[in-house]
Amino acid sequence: MKRRKFEELFFKGLMLLATIIISGSLFLIVGTIFYKGAPYMNLDMITKTPGGGFYIGKEGGILNAIIGSLYIAGGATVLGLAISIPVAIFINMYINGKTFLVNTLRMAYDVLFGIPSIVYGAFGFLIMVCFGLRASLLGGIIAVTLLVIPILVRTLDEVIRTVPSELGDATLSLGATRWETAKVILRQIRPGIFTAILLSFGRAIGDVASVLFTAGFSDNIPTSLHEPAASLPLAIFFQLSSPVAEVQGRGYASALVLTVIVLIITILSEICIRKFYKQKA
Amino acid sequence: MNYEQSTIEMYRLRLFKDRVFSKVMLVCTLVSVSVVLLIGIGLYLHSVPVLHKLSWGTLITSSIWKPMKGLFGFYPFIMGTLWVTAISIIIALPLCILTAVYITEYAPSRIKKILSPFVNLLSGIPPVIFGVWGVLFIIPLIQSHIAPHFVDFSTGYSVLAGGIVLAVMIFPLIVSIITEVLRTIPQDLRDASSSLGATKWETTKKVVLRKALPGIIAALVLAISRAFGETIAVLMVCGNNAVVPHSVFDPGYPLPALIANNYGDMMSIPLYDSALMFAALLLFIIILLFNIISRVILARLERKLAA
Repeated sequence: MKRRKFEELFFKGLMLLATIIISGSLFLIVGTIFYKGAPYMNLDMITKTPGGGFYIGKEGGILNAIIGSLYIAGGATVLGLAISIPVAIFINMYINGKTFLVNTLRMAYDVLFGIPSIVYGAFGFLIMVCFGLRASLLGGIIAVTLLVIPILVRTLDEVIRTVPSELGDATLSLGATRWETAKVILRQIRPGIFTAILLSFGRAIGDVASVLFTAGFSDNIPTSLHEPAASLPLAIFFQLSSPVAEVQGRGYASALVLTVIVLIITILSEICIRKFYKQKA
Repeated sequence: MNYEQSTIEMYRLRLFKDRVFSKVMLVCTLVSVSVVLLIGIGLYLHSVPVLHKLSWGTLITSSIWKPMKGLFGFYPFIMGTLWVTAISIIIALPLCILTAVYITEYAPSRIKKILSPFVNLLSGIPPVIFGVWGVLFIIPLIQSHIAPHFVDFSTGYSVLAGGIVLAVMIFPLIVSIITEVLRTIPQDLRDASSSLGATKWETTKKVVLRKALPGIIAALVLAISRAFGETIAVLMVCGNNAVVPHSVFDPGYPLPALIANNYGDMMSIPLYDSALMFAALLLFIIILLFNIISRVILARLERKLAA
């Protein structure tokens, strides 16, 4: 009897420990980045593009990378939405009934979701070679769009499934076409779409392996789709590989900027999801 | 008369719209799903040149890596990937199972509500930040606190560092899948077990976890495939030395890191780009297989639950 009690306690302790380690790792990571990055943080970092001697530790900031990342993530999310919303509606409304087909499609997007960004990057690079494009904002947006489509489709699909089927049935029985019904449902899931946008944007802004081949890097803010664009994760990576301590420090500060952006996005999406499900319930 | 005609016109227009949008949606779906095929075909076509020169067997088992001489042996990189992945799974899996069990079976609902956003926040952190954290925290930790107990000297840049960073990265994925799987297990089973006098842990161990085993395996396979493809974080902490690692403190050079690190000069050396695309193809095939396996298991579980 005593041994069983002991075992119970022992494993409960282990579980608590594991839970603390896993949730603590978040604090550890964010804490480390803040601790190392904060001393190098200043206004110049986020308001100026790199000056002449930026990479040997002289003046300038990473505005080029911040703007570049926003362009890439924004472009990819918009393009991704334009493809994913029809896909999600199609899966849920147009082929309803053929369960096998629906399941296969859902699985295909799950599998696409699992493909690592480096493979999307390599594939984006192949597309660019195929069309004779050079590393540019456009190339980056294409590769990242491929990366975010599965995220968007999965999220939208899940959200559409929470809409009670009576709503669709009622609309249809009033004589609406499927497309008109879809519009009603899209209005219902507006907060869900917003969540999907946030999730996709957060993933897109932090990803590096997909833009490595495709977007290139530049010290200037891109003014057209055909110019190479810097991105925040790449800027961090490059600055960290520098031997100059000052530049490395600014790499930490850049990491701080990215962490803050991503944390805000994730927290916002978390709030959105909660609101959405509370509304449903 | 006129009224009737305009009504018919309107119906036609609405049906026409419906049909047009249905075609647009069909095209969107087909195009985005066929990306899976296109990636496979594209990567294969680009690795044909190197496959002409060397066979699959040589490419995978040779450990000579001399791009300048046209010798591409991926063995060290495959081993690097395997080491890093294995270490990360060994660290992550037990921790994640324990945490998932705590969240579903033990934690009071108030704590549950706090814990799940934590897991989501962790999953939102970009890979490069994990890499920076690895460089700032894990590397010094290994270099001055862990390695000295076992080996004479280590820079800290090692497969162990890669494994630890990866483990933290795959925590959210494994925890969320296992939590979901544990939730699908009927409460009746737990009640039956505890009414026979089993303690909570005994119920968990002998009923819940046993029932959840397929789901846990699916989570494991999915985690392996995620760890396989992770690039930048691993690249930053693994040391990137093209030799087969023999201990956890040796540097390694995983496949994705190889691809990412050499994109710059891949166009200037003949066959080099083809070899790197072969590496991407290899990754793609392995990850595709693993993903399909785990998704099939999970889908089957879901269907069983629905039935």
